[in-house]
Amino acid sequence: MISYNLYTYLAVAGALLCFGLYGLMQHRSLIGMLISTELILNGAGLNFMAFNRFLAPDPAIGQIFTLFIMGLAAAEAAIAVSLIFAVYRKYHTSDPERINDLRG
Amino acid sequence: MAYGTLIEFIFYLFLIMIAFGAWQAVTSQILMRAVMGLAMAMFGVAGLYLYLNSPFLALMQILIYVGAVCIMIVFGIMVGYTPKELAAYAIEPKNTVISLVASLLTLGVIYLGLYQAEWVPAPGAGSGDFSLANLGLSLMNRYGLAFELISVVLLIAIIGAVAITWNGKRRGLNK
Repeated sequence: MISYNLYTYLAVAGALLCFGLYGLMQHRSLIGMLISTELILNGAGLNFMAFNRFLAPDPAIGQIFTLFIMGLAAAEAAIAVSLIFAVYRKYHTSDPERINDLRG
Repeated sequence: MAYGTLIEFIFYLFLIMIAFGAWQAVTSQILMRAVMGLAMAMFGVAGLYLYLNSPFLALMQILIYVGAVCIMIVFGIMVGYTPKELAAYAIEPKNTVISLVASLLTLGVIYLGLYQAEWVPAPGAGSGDFSLANLGLSLMNRYGLAFELISVVLLIAIIGAVAITWNGKRRGLNK
């Protein structure tokens, strides 16, 4: 029963983290980096849910923590997209390597 | 087909969904395709939440991640990029080899730790009350502060997003 095994979920969560890391380093656009960040956060949530299901005595804690992560991810995506708008308006590009000017 | 076998089969389908979607999300240089891959991976994770006894979290995953976050990223793609830039991104990904090596190393370390670790369940683990009623009661009673905090964070994020975009626009008009 692979679906009733803590290690399966932990392995999937670790794989999601590494997919996210790869995308974060390799993508050349701010939006692509944001997408990879969401993958990492998803892996973290899955980790919490797995521990909550198999190890924790009170099953409400992990679910609440995962809800917390989801809310933070939504807030982070909103802020990041608005920052990308602002950056695009100032530099007319979203290439992170051409955004190298600190003057406000 | 026996019921248990069918359940395992669907679990494998979810795993394939996650792997394919995440791969598509990080390697596709066409951003719209990357977002679709992200949505697919998130659907797969929602399926895993079903297997972890919490259908409510699965629905929230679909609602928040697939429904809200992906749509917002699509808006970001539509507003923040010129077609020329999108074409340029399709040509040259950078640092592919070194990022592949780094992420594979991280994966190896994590799996080594997983292999060596021994997880001991707390007494009474896995047999608690997984119902939505219990979750709602805990959110209202014991974890009320967390509940209020997340609403404050979301409110501040909305205000901050509006402020950031609006301020840039005003400056642009003044020039």
